[in-house]
Parts: sequence; structure tokens; C-alpha cells
Amino acid sequence: MNVIEQIKEKLGNKIKKYEEKNKKRFYFDISPSDIVSISKYLFDDIKLRFIIATGTDRRDGIEILYHFSDDKDGSVISFRVLITNKEKPEIETISHIIKGAEWIEREMWELLGINFKGHPNLKHLLLRDDWPEGDYPLRQGQGEGRK
Amino acid sequence: MNDKRTIIPIGPYHPLQEEGEFFKLYVEGERVVDMDIEIGYNHRGIEKLSESLHWDQSAFLVERICGICSSSHPFAYVNAVEDLAGFEISVRAKYIRSVVGELERLHSHLLWLGLAGHFIGYNTVWMWSWKYRELVCDILEFISGNRQHYAMMKIGGTRRDIEKKDIPQIEKMCNELVPVLDMFKGAVMDDPVIHARTKGVGILPKDVAIKYCVVGPTARASGLDMDIRRDDPYAAYGMVDWKVILAQNGDVFDKAAVRILEMYESVKIIRGCLEGLKKEPEGNFDLNVKEIPVGEGIGRHEAPRGEVFHYVRSDKSSRPVRHKIRAPSYVNVPSDQYAVKGQTISDAALILAAVDPCYCCTERVAVIDKEKNKKLMNGFDLIKLSQEKTEQIRKAL
Repeated sequence: MNVIEQIKEKLGNKIKKYEEKNKKRFYFDISPSDIVSISKYLFDDIKLRFIIATGTDRRDGIEILYHFSDDKDGSVISFRVLITNKEKPEIETISHIIKGAEWIEREMWELLGINFKGHPNLKHLLLRDDWPEGDYPLRQGQGEGRK
Repeated sequence: MNDKRTIIPIGPYHPLQEEGEFFKLYVEGERVVDMDIEIGYNHRGIEKLSESLHWDQSAFLVERICGICSSSHPFAYVNAVEDLAGFEISVRAKYIRSVVGELERLHSHLLWLGLAGHFIGYNTVWMWSWKYRELVCDILEFISGNRQHYAMMKIGGTRRDIEKKDIPQIEKMCNELVPVLDMFKGAVMDDPVIHARTKGVGILPKDVAIKYCVVGPTARASGLDMDIRRDDPYAAYGMVDWKVILAQNGDVFDKAAVRILEMYESVKIIRGCLEGLKKEPEGNFDLNVKEIPVGEGIGRHEAPRGEVFHYVRSDKSSRPVRHKIRAPSYVNVPSDQYAVKGQTISDAALILAAVDPCYCCTERVAVIDKEKNKKLMNGFDLIKLSQEKTEQIRKAL
């Protein structure tokens, strides 16, 4: 049984949508409240490697894609959550399970304004310490990007 | 704070760590007990900039992320866009991409080896490896016209061809490089002084490496069997014969050993690709892509320092909606926090450098007359010389 079938069987009704982009790229839509239990299962139980998370500002909310790599057969499995509260986006941290997620959560906090609840060290990573609060460079309509 | 502790800063500018990274070492006597890392001195907002550029321009933009592994980011980026659109590039383009990728690995590893030699005070290794790195840089200039920033990667193929008449020169470089690698293998891996300075220093055990999600030679030195070139084959890596180098201890010595032995594999891949190129008809190296469809794509490349990850999303316009980039040092550098604990201050600089955080070099040459003890050429003279040479070439054309 390959990893994708294992994940489908274990997570079952937690998966809202599933897409197989091609033989090596898979996308799952899940609810933000499940992210801690799911990443614990992926990282501790089936030993996937956490690559990085992509935060995106969408019209209908803030999206985070958690990318995991299965180094045994070289596929990338991405888990998509959508936080609909754009005024005050919040999600649980996964950095106590995956140490390597600490920096990217700090980065998404300062660039997109997502509050990671329970993060041990939520302070500026790339921007300077006196960066004005509420000014998030990766939100739409900021700076040189898309308006 | 505990009053026995003292803070030793390494950075933001440090004579050995030339880039803007700040390591705050907490020490008790000679021992490092804790460390804080601060980055962001060189943040240029490239992900944001990419959203305002054309798909084709972004390849040039991401090439400027790093000066040393300048081809890794465009490599991963074109992989991502091709994954998005489902393009299948020509076999010829695959071989050319892999040749450039491996030449880059060779010169990057030689550069790191030189720096590592310099860090432990073994300047002979430094001078040697930077001297022989020129062989590789010359070939890159021969192929692409540039020592760095080769601009070879393009969505749907490559920008230049490696023609049949170019192949003997690249093969000659491979033949010259192998004895040099033998020399380094002997000089570094059998030297008792280097053993004393690097064995058992800055150990990153396998379980900790997994927690920090480290990649590349840093991971392979700790016994993590992973290499994107083999696991998720792209370009020509699945078409030629080579193997992944692994070590077990995770100390500085193993990190050096992995990099040195990897260079032999790179030469092997280049030779395999050149053999393949000889069989392919010339000219078919670009798909001439006009439009990028709606969708999202993920591209990866095993850069000299580890896995480079690019994620792109398109809404069928001329620019990416979102472009996420993860460079290998982003996950490798935090692992220093573990590796440096319990070590002495004198080893700290070497341990921090052992993951090969990116460096950039700008100065090229200064010629000195030893007897008269004066500089024969400064920057202006070099520019003049280069202009004269360009003029000569123009006339000859």
C-alpha cells in the first residue's frame, strides 16, 4: 500500500478535497483545526519530511499549503488549509512537532499576519524589529506586487 | 541571565563569515552553551518581486538569489513551471541542464572546500582548491559566456546548446579534474591534523537532523539517505549512472568527505550526459513556450547545498500569482543551534560554516610586482584591459 492510500485511509473524513496533479504531486484540502493531528501523523508516524509551508493571501481568506516530501518515492504531498477570518487569521503552531517549521511560521506571521497559537518564539525573522505592526508585505495590494 | 555566561557575537560582519548573519553565542568559559541566530540582513523581497514580473523574467530574477549556486534556483523554477503546465522538455535539453547543474556543484564544492581549509588555518588547501575551481569556471564560461549567472535555464528548455564541437573541451576538463580530486581526497581525508580538527566536532545526529528537516550534504553526512536527483528524477539524472554518497557520523569531517566524494559522482554524471548528447540530434533544445495555463506547480532541484524548492501558481496571466522559494540554507542553518552546543568557541566558526551557508565573492584579481612591491593593476586598469580586448575581438569579427 503506498503512502497516498495510507493517508486516505487514516484521515478519511478529514479530507475535504483530493487532487492528483500528476504521479508525483498530490494536494489535500483539510480544515485548519485538524492541522496539528495531521502533521503529527505525517511526520511522526509515516515519517514524511516537512519541506516548507506556502502562505498566500486570497480573496476569500488566507491559505497555507504545508508541503511534505516522501523521499522514498519522490512525491510531494501538500495539505491546504484556508483561514477565512482575514481580519485576525489564527492557526495552531506545528513547531512543537516539527522543529524545522519554526522559522517559516515566524516568516508567515510577519509577512502575512497569521498568528500561530502556541509558537515558542514568535518574533521578527526577516524584517527589522521596529517594523510597523499591521503592515504585512505579502498581503495583496502592498508594494510592487499585484494590486 | 546566568552571570557565568558571556555573549560572543559572530556577525553581522565577521572576517570569516562574510555574509550578513548574526550568531549570538552564549558561552561559559570556552564552552558554547546556547546560540541565537538572527537573519534578515539581506532580505530583498524576491518572492514579492516575482509577482510583478513576466514568467520568463522571473527565471533571471531567481538566478540572482545566490551568486555561487546561481543556476539552482532557475533550475527549480523551470521545473516548477513545467510541472504546472505539464510540459515535457526534449532529451537534449535534459542533458544540457544536468551538465550545467553538475558543473555548478563542482565549483561550489571546491569553493566550500577552500573556505573550510581557510577556516581551520590550512591555507594550502584554500589556494589549491580555488586554483582548480578555475578549470570548472572556465568551462562554464565556455558553455554559457559567463563564469557565474549562466542564464542557461528557460521554461521549456535551455537558452543555449552544447554542440558536438564543444564536447571534447568539456571532456578534457573532466580528465584534468579527476587527478585534482584525488589530490584533495588524499590531502583532506588522510591528514592527521584535519582529522584532529574536524572528527567528532559539531555532530548532528540522525534523529536531530530529521527534526530540523535538513537537506543536502548536511543531511547525507548524518546518514539520511536522500537526494532529490535520485528520489524525484528530473532532467537527465534518471538517465545516467551515478550513486548517492552517504556518511554516518554527522560531524564536520563527514560533511567534508561527502562533498569531496560527491564531486567524483558529478564528473561521472557530466561524462554520462556528454555521451548522451553525442547521440542526440543538434538544435532541438527549446519548446518555445508562449502561454502558461491556470494551475499550480512544484519544482525541486538538488543544489550543491541541498534541496531547492519552488512553488508557483498561475491564473493564466503573464505573471505568477504566488511564487514561494525555499533555499536549502533556510533549513540547514537552524540545525547549527544544536551542532554548536557543547563545543569550544574556536570550533564554532568552522561548525557554522560546515553546512555551507551561501557566500558571495566580488573581487576577482590583483596583480602585484613582488620586487617593487606595488600593485600593477587596479580595478580601472582591468576595465581598460577588458575594453581593449573587446575592441580587438570586435575588429577580428
